Amino acid sequence: MAWRLKLVPEKTSFDFFRYQIVTFGVSIFMILASLVLVAVMGLNFGVDFKGGTTIRTESSSQVDVGVYREALAALNLGDVSISEVRDPAFRPDQHVAQVRIGAREGEEAVTPEMIAEVEAALQAVDPAVVFAAVESVGPKVSNELIWKAVLAVAAGSAAILVYIWMRFEWQMAVGCVAALLHDVIVTVGIFALFQLRFDLSIVAALLTILGYSVNDTVVIFDRLRENLAKYKSMPLREMMNLTTNETLSRTVMTASSTLLVLIVLLVWGGDVIRGFVFAMVLGVLLGTWSTLYMAKNIVLYLGVDRGDKPKKTGGSEFADVEA
Amino acid sequence: MTPTATWKRVLILLVCLWGMIAALPNAFYSRVETHNDAAAAVQKADGVATAEQAADLTLWPDWLPSALMPLGLDLRGGAHLLAQVQVEDVYKVRMDGYWPEARDALRDIRDQVGAVRRAPSPEDTLRITISNPENIQAALAAVQKLATPVMTLTGAGASDITVSAEGADIVIRLTDAEKTATDDRTMQQSLEIIRNRVDQAGTREPTILRQGSDRILIQVPGIGSAAELKSLIGTTAKLTFHPVVSTTTDPGANPGPRNLLLPARNQQGLYYIVEETPVVTGEQLVDSQPAFDDRQRPAVSFRFDSSGGRRFGDYTANNIGKLFAIVLDNEVISAPQIQTHIAGGAGIITGQFTVEETTELAVLLRAGALPARMEFLEERTIGPELGADSIEAGKKAAIIGMIAVLVYMVASYGMFGWFANVALVLNVIILVALLSAIGATLTLPGIAGIVLTMGMAIDANVLIFERIRDELREGASPHRACQAGFERAFSAIMDANITALITGFIMFWIGSGPVRGFAVTFTLGVITSMFTAVYVTRLVIELYMNRRRPKTIVV
Repeated sequence: MAWRLKLVPEKTSFDFFRYQIVTFGVSIFMILASLVLVAVMGLNFGVDFKGGTTIRTESSSQVDVGVYREALAALNLGDVSISEVRDPAFRPDQHVAQVRIGAREGEEAVTPEMIAEVEAALQAVDPAVVFAAVESVGPKVSNELIWKAVLAVAAGSAAILVYIWMRFEWQMAVGCVAALLHDVIVTVGIFALFQLRFDLSIVAALLTILGYSVNDTVVIFDRLRENLAKYKSMPLREMMNLTTNETLSRTVMTASSTLLVLIVLLVWGGDVIRGFVFAMVLGVLLGTWSTLYMAKNIVLYLGVDRGDKPKKTGGSEFADVEA
Repeated sequence: MTPTATWKRVLILLVCLWGMIAALPNAFYSRVETHNDAAAAVQKADGVATAEQAADLTLWPDWLPSALMPLGLDLRGGAHLLAQVQVEDVYKVRMDGYWPEARDALRDIRDQVGAVRRAPSPEDTLRITISNPENIQAALAAVQKLATPVMTLTGAGASDITVSAEGADIVIRLTDAEKTATDDRTMQQSLEIIRNRVDQAGTREPTILRQGSDRILIQVPGIGSAAELKSLIGTTAKLTFHPVVSTTTDPGANPGPRNLLLPARNQQGLYYIVEETPVVTGEQLVDSQPAFDDRQRPAVSFRFDSSGGRRFGDYTANNIGKLFAIVLDNEVISAPQIQTHIAGGAGIITGQFTVEETTELAVLLRAGALPARMEFLEERTIGPELGADSIEAGKKAAIIGMIAVLVYMVASYGMFGWFANVALVLNVIILVALLSAIGATLTLPGIAGIVLTMGMAIDANVLIFERIRDELREGASPHRACQAGFERAFSAIMDANITALITGFIMFWIGSGPVRGFAVTFTLGVITSMFTAVYVTRLVIELYMNRRRPKTIVV
């Protein structure tokens, strides 16, 4: 037999429900903790969602955040934060900082004068500084963007719920969407916990997590449906264990290859998309966890209709044709 | 394995071949770009090429496709603006336009309605007070005649204004149908003017799009900053001609109702009080050129269209000896005395300009003033260096990611891993070809989308290979196992990819900016990966199985 890289042994018989209370409990705890974190600590919204201006500075000389801060303090800009950006992909003489200025009360449009003042002040303390990117978003747009982001995640979940309901059973649809929301909520929670910057690209990541996580869960449900027809008398709990063990190799294989690519992006993809990639890494890890420990628990709890005519709803007839 | 039908094989091969050819220009990006720029320039010059352009044209053969993935702002650098057009501005202009007409109509029946006066009112309504309120019905009827039908798709036959009586006042309002039509016209006009001005600057591939009912998205690659773009679009250069009421040196003077207090451009401390309603506006200009006046001072010549010319002519004929103000962006450039009746609607503006100023002013006047003010809701500037860094980072990550996945697949599935790798490489090639063909802009999140679909694309192959393993384990023959592997995995692949497509579509539909860029490559990536992972891999495995007819296989 030729050598193969195998992260999962050929035949496994893990009991994924053995520590059911603990594993399910952990998921529930993580969801609740995330909601509390978001409520208490709030998210570190980027200008996309909060309004305001970010200026990315690049300089060939060492960045001293304190000096920058002092230079800008004189301008009375209100809410200003300055942070140095470090990245392995930078050249040795490339020193990058991010200056963020909050939107001023009652100001809808962006004021170019303010940006010019800030640039002049920074150039005064560091003549080598150049402004690699300047982005300003007015509060009106940023409010719309938040709303759109929430709408996107909600619409994505709803569409997936309907599709799975049509293709499988409603119990699976509920289990699947619960797993999705778990992944999204906990990812957002972790962003709140570490106060990582939350902007539009993170929303794209959350939607991709939805897509990835549903993919992961659907594959197991697909096999479960097949086994339900194959072993009519096996208890649901055992059958789910069997199904999960059968597909475990694939679950791990796909998760690890996706993670492999994501880690490459995390290391070499540059700092601009780092937040996005990090959210994706969290999503893949959480998605795999929720597939193994969350979605099935809900299906087990709800039970699956296993009568002689399992496909009796209109939607499931469609599933019958394809299966 | 049951062999794939010949026509299907041919189709699969053709798609792969097309992908390779159509993706090819992207491998020689700057070369093809130079060629395309030259080709566009030559076409603009009606086929006449300079020596330099002819040399550029030879850089890329004409018989090969030359479509490239346009690079987004975050990769090329440039400026992005989201502007909200204040469409209500135009309502006021419309109402101001109705006032002289209504006044003239009522003047004709002066014996019935008495004196006519414009009363203060919100900007989108016109309120006229008459001194004989008992004859308001006659006044209503007279004003009603001014209404004209609105041409719209839905509201055909609707009138443009409603006229109603409120006590001694006649109130004219724009109807909703007319407001919609006006808004639409304002937006079209604004888009056209912005497009003109951006084109005059000659930048590459600007994006100027209407978003929603009253917003315009402007993206111009290669421009230095959003501020530069804003001054190019010019929220300025609004030219109007007003009757002068009086002059003053008091900046706090009360100009009185329906008058404006405007500063003089060249004389510090001098202010003009002018009537708010202009006689003619810059919108009625048909031409404007830099010129010189009779004393050889730089000036700007202008010519009005026929209705503007007539109005200008009538006004000058009736007001000889009076001052009228030439106002540019709320500054009085000059206020000459009307010497004679100016017929023909042409004239010159002098005002201590330099030659450069007159050239610029003429361009701005020719391009036309924006019909309404714009408020900028979003501005982004990305420097070209940051873009270049992002391209470098994206390229590097894509190559390393690709190699990592290729190695991982071979380590996990041996020869079958190689089969999957063929499909994976083809997937990326076809995806790039597709993006070039539809001209989808490549952004940094878009690159992340491509890299991510590489990771997820192999999922389909993993599903198939795991199934083949299962079948082999249960003692199926190699042929039977491969056949069953593809068949059994298909429903899971379909479900997984359709749900991924659903999220992709929703991202595209709701998202904007980076979300959209990602959604495009992600959605197309899911589609191409389904094609390559299922059909291409199948074809490769089929060829292997039917040629070699192995007794045993190890997946």
